[in-house]
Amino acid sequence: MKSIETKYMEEREAVLRALARLDRRAFLKVSAGALGAAIAAGAGVTPHSFSLVNVAHAQDKPPEGSPPEGNPGTKAGPSPAKPTLANKPAGFTFAYISDSHLYKRELNDRFVRSLLRAVDDVNAMDPQPDFVLYGGDLAQLGQREELDLGAEILKSLKAPVRMMVGEHDWYLDMGARWRELFGEPNYAFEHKGVQFVVLNSVVEEDFWTPAKLSPMERMQTVAGLDNGKQRPFTVGEEQRAWLQKELASVPKTKPLIVFSHSPLYKLYKQWNFWTDDAEQVQAILKPFQRVTVIHGHTHQILTNRIGNIHFHGMLSTAWPWPYAPQGLPALTIQMNRPDPFNPNDGCGDGEVLVHPDGLVDKLYKLWNRNPVTVSRAYMSSSGKQDSPLAPNSGSY
Amino acid sequence: MQTRVRIRSLVLAILLLVGLGTAAAQQKGAHGAASMDDQQRGLAALALSADGSAVPGGVDAQTWRGAIPADNALDAKRIALGRKLYFETALSKDGTVACATCHDVTRSFTDRRPVSEGFNGALGRRNAPTTMNAALLHTQFWDGRAESLEDQAGQPILNSVEMALESEAQAITQLKVAGYDAPFREAYGRDLNYEDVQRAIAAFERTLIFLEAPFDRFLGGSHGAISADARAGFELFNGKGRCVACHAINRANPLGTDNRFHNIGVSARKQNFEQLAVKALALLKEDSSEKKLDELAVGTDLSELGRFMVTKSYADIGAFRTSQMRNVGITAPYMHDGSLQTLWDVMDHYNKGGEANRYLDGGIEALALSDAEIEQLVAFMFTLTDERFARQNDAEQARQRALAGKQRPFRNDDLAQRKVLVFEERALGGKLGGGK
Repeated sequence: MKSIETKYMEEREAVLRALARLDRRAFLKVSAGALGAAIAAGAGVTPHSFSLVNVAHAQDKPPEGSPPEGNPGTKAGPSPAKPTLANKPAGFTFAYISDSHLYKRELNDRFVRSLLRAVDDVNAMDPQPDFVLYGGDLAQLGQREELDLGAEILKSLKAPVRMMVGEHDWYLDMGARWRELFGEPNYAFEHKGVQFVVLNSVVEEDFWTPAKLSPMERMQTVAGLDNGKQRPFTVGEEQRAWLQKELASVPKTKPLIVFSHSPLYKLYKQWNFWTDDAEQVQAILKPFQRVTVIHGHTHQILTNRIGNIHFHGMLSTAWPWPYAPQGLPALTIQMNRPDPFNPNDGCGDGEVLVHPDGLVDKLYKLWNRNPVTVSRAYMSSSGKQDSPLAPNSGSY
Repeated sequence: MQTRVRIRSLVLAILLLVGLGTAAAQQKGAHGAASMDDQQRGLAALALSADGSAVPGGVDAQTWRGAIPADNALDAKRIALGRKLYFETALSKDGTVACATCHDVTRSFTDRRPVSEGFNGALGRRNAPTTMNAALLHTQFWDGRAESLEDQAGQPILNSVEMALESEAQAITQLKVAGYDAPFREAYGRDLNYEDVQRAIAAFERTLIFLEAPFDRFLGGSHGAISADARAGFELFNGKGRCVACHAINRANPLGTDNRFHNIGVSARKQNFEQLAVKALALLKEDSSEKKLDELAVGTDLSELGRFMVTKSYADIGAFRTSQMRNVGITAPYMHDGSLQTLWDVMDHYNKGGEANRYLDGGIEALALSDAEIEQLVAFMFTLTDERFARQNDAEQARQRALAGKQRPFRNDDLAQRKVLVFEERALGGKLGGGK
């Protein structure tokens, strides 16, 4: 495992090597200005950020039609009959908004403006998405005014909303207000031939009773990172049993899309980029031929594949997390460090295009950078095809 | 008949008297600019580098070398040629427009108008940025669509609302008629060609470096070089006012721009971005040439899309390059469309958190600056004017102060002091607002 610093130095080396090969005109295309120009002129200046600017490339490649084994559509035969919805879904799009972390007005209104921006983005989609997934952590500290404000704002979405819960919504009153507003946190539904399941993946073992914590102390502990006091997230035995039962009657050929707040794998425990019973949940999903998990919590472009399960993270509207110091999946195309002078940088919302074969293209709509599409071809080929460009921003 | 002649000479005499009365008053050139002769005299008084051999004061030597392309090294012949071309009206269709029309030496190398007037009195959509220190910017034009001074210099000559020549060939022909064959041969060692026209103008513009301001003496350790108000303003500039996020100004970065593009909401006041963006993409799909982009940016509503026209990235909608802070006091009016008349207006705009729109830069938010703090920030900004323009600076400060005393059209205390939050107005109709 390479440290962040090592990767950074490697990136820097690669860029400097590339710079040495550029003529001036090409250089101006990729550099951002005078500091860089000084390097071009042969001065031994040390640049303070090391990424080339990628001139905006539209990623408008037609999606590669390479469905995985087991797709009925690949069978040779006379013009394939129109698939019935039960077996093979029609393509459709849903949007997502996630991790808004709303505070009381006196404390912070920037995150509220960011959520409104996301609502504007989704409402401007033409055609409208079939529905909008809200990915959890609507509130910062699970307080009534935070959740109520979020619920009020989400009402202005034109498309129907599917809610998911995050730990920031839950641990003040153990989900009481969230349930009143949005219903049960785990549920299943079918849409155009795709089976959807929404989980509450932020279940923690009781650490607060022995420690005699007040509800707000409990909430603030869960909201923190690196504190060693809270327990890891789980889906939990009860919900796993529910999931097993819910999926028992679903054909294994039917595409399955799971929403979870935390990634349903183990990335970095100290930040709860982690689900402690991930293996057991994956075991329930494994028999299905096409499984996609869309998760929040990590506030970044994050891509993983474990067997037939494709994992995609969601962007936050509030802030981007740095990448965890270890455990980053190889398939992830990283974006470089967000601009500390632009609070929007690294934030955004996005779309998920569900293809007729049930696999998805995951679109990250970054507010301050080029959008990134992680396509089904990229996922199906384990990163060998259709690799997205890193949406890096230039140096100062 | 005789009476008529007499009247005419009388009128003439009165005109002359008035002319002498307003005095030192300059002869008017076309399109409201000072006459080219007056401008030339003004330029001579500035004592600019004639051969470009020295690194200009206030500029780091490495940066300076990086700012000069290898194929356009500075020398006296090229600079003198470019200087002549800067005032050359033969580069326009009707012989009335030169670079100096909109980048008038006597008007801080801009025209002090909201938007510029070109061929046949046509108005463009954008405010003429000063050519002072433009050599140190990383890109040119408000949307950065030119990556060098050379690239920039070639475009207005051919733009239909600016100098409006039909083609590069026409420019060459007109310059030949005006006797430019020999000087070009001497400066560049080859026949007159359009690229060398661009190079010569750029070479001259590289002598327009004005970085010797009271603020620089202050940075150099002379505490008293600027007033206590201005010093307090500099603190605010780097602190509560958040200006530093985009306008960091120091010895390493003397212009005070991040050379990036930000939507601060100026064009949101008048445009529907969504519709414009769709229209722009369609037009640029038909023709994505530099020429087309230039025409759309300068001459149409699409101007308001800013950087988006160049990158076609939605992240750049309504975004314009961060202006340099240098000489800001004498380069009013402000913003890409010249819609803000005074630095007080500029402060009012930022203080209320810009103009809300979907693409508003994330760093723009209400600042809660008091009147006294705005005064201090404005005082600071007037210390950034090069000492050679000290008198103009004083006059501008007085003019702007008087105007601001009469009107502050962008002031909104409720928003600025966060008594009302934009989202409450919009999403909740003020229901949850504490300040309504």
